Amino acid sequence: MSEETTRLQVNPIACSGHGVCAELLPELITLDEWGYPVLAGDGTVPLWLMREARRAITDCPALALRLTSVPAVASGRGGLRESSEEPQRPGRAGAAKLGT
Amino acid sequence: MSMLAARVFDQTRSQDGQPVSRRPIPAGESGLPRLLPPAAQLAAADPRRSLDFTAHLARHGLPRFRGAALIEQAGSAGLTGRGGAAFPVAIKLAAVAGAGRSAIVVGNAAEGEPASSKDAALLWFSPHLVLDGLQAAAEAVGARTAYLCLHAAGRQSGPDLAAHMRAALASRSAAGTGRTGVELVEAPPRFLAGEETALVAMINGGAARPRDKTRRVSERGVEGRPTLVQNVETLADLALIARHGAAWFRSVGTADEPGSMLCTVRDPGGRVRIVETALGTPLHRLVWLGDDVQALLVGGYHGGWLAASSARQLSLSNADLRPAGAMIGAGVLVALPAAYCGLAETARVARSLALESAGQCGPCFNGLPAIAAALAAIAEPRPARQELANLMRWAGLVAGRGACHHPDGTLRFVASALDVFAGEIAEHSRSRCTAMRSDQFLPLQAAALAESDWR
Repeated sequence: MSEETTRLQVNPIACSGHGVCAELLPELITLDEWGYPVLAGDGTVPLWLMREARRAITDCPALALRLTSVPAVASGRGGLRESSEEPQRPGRAGAAKLGT
Repeated sequence: MSMLAARVFDQTRSQDGQPVSRRPIPAGESGLPRLLPPAAQLAAADPRRSLDFTAHLARHGLPRFRGAALIEQAGSAGLTGRGGAAFPVAIKLAAVAGAGRSAIVVGNAAEGEPASSKDAALLWFSPHLVLDGLQAAAEAVGARTAYLCLHAAGRQSGPDLAAHMRAALASRSAAGTGRTGVELVEAPPRFLAGEETALVAMINGGAARPRDKTRRVSERGVEGRPTLVQNVETLADLALIARHGAAWFRSVGTADEPGSMLCTVRDPGGRVRIVETALGTPLHRLVWLGDDVQALLVGGYHGGWLAASSARQLSLSNADLRPAGAMIGAGVLVALPAAYCGLAETARVARSLALESAGQCGPCFNGLPAIAAALAAIAEPRPARQELANLMRWAGLVAGRGACHHPDGTLRFVASALDVFAGEIAEHSRSRCTAMRSDQFLPLQAAALAESDWR
């Protein structure tokens, strides 16, 4: 399977909660109660929203959004790591229990 | 580096001028304790005696494996990082060695976890094993520069570990090994300062805050070079694997989690011990878990609580602990006496963890204080009904949304408390608390925190 999916990623350090992305791309981005973006699902961008996604990326005042390509078979969520020392292990950490 | 290492290990002479021979290890000898002096000696030991490099070589002998052969041995040994994440060491070594550029090695003793003191103990009692490991790792990945990051004592005064390590380096220098290339650095006494991207940022001249991990430090770290960051206990293990090989390392521990590790054990009386033990050892053999103990905290403040009844059934292995909601982490074990309120203890630590947010990621610096405040309310009698629901909602919002593992580690700790102390939550809702004592049992960060403390 050499197909790739394109996902949105937030750099949480750069993001300062302007909320522009959620206005431009409400189909994929909502804001939490503190004004920071929450991505729908794993952040996969469907083709029909690609133009809006690129717009959200270029219009982010903090330049905190980006697109990444991942093999379609890999399902690990890029943003969550158990620790800095295990950069290659995908998947949700122990916090998943609380997160439901 | 290889020239240097050759001088270190080959030209050293014992006091009578004879070459120090490799200490033979009889088949099957596990050699526990491996890293620290035997417990009886440790109790009365003067750490200054550990500085003698010749005595160190007399006890441990000389290394057999270097460079690529050492990486291979570390892989066969199944050595994993002892700083908390248990990542396979050989994979990191190979990644940095294979980066094709001159690399940097960082030994990590920035032990920011208030409940842990095993890294400091290791440096006090076996400084040369750590420095051997630092050199062996530097040689294996092709590094000319090595850093050793210590945890700054903050405003507390006490024995000076940095001076101790300087003396250890001087002792190697006097023995003809040279101290070339090892630079001592003190990390600020913050919980997250020992996170590898934070250490790299600090060495690069910035604040010791975690950074975005889209670029791994193994590709681009200190000075933009491929950088290997390893906990000092991991380095000491590597120094012994270089001497005795993978089979020896595996002669203790379990097949999946081989070897031994250092644990910081706080017994219900509040006494702290450093215990060196094989992985897979039953927890009840490491820490008192009698009827006067209600719960065991495993893995520190990013780890999890276990009810004493389940802790009695489990061993020191992630295979046992992970399904129970805990993890070995950096080997912190705290037995909470029945006289204390587990919710109040957890709430105080959660508040300090919220204050330890680096303040960079919105969900973390907004969510953790909210979660800590809700937990503090739950720890009081008759909390408002919505506190627990709020906490759960915020936890869902924070999970997975930090650049580092701080929010998720904190959530794991809080979640385990809600689980293990569920009975106490029910008591509190009826305006009762079973605790006899209200003083604080779990250790907290001593000094007040200020923005400047990140440097």
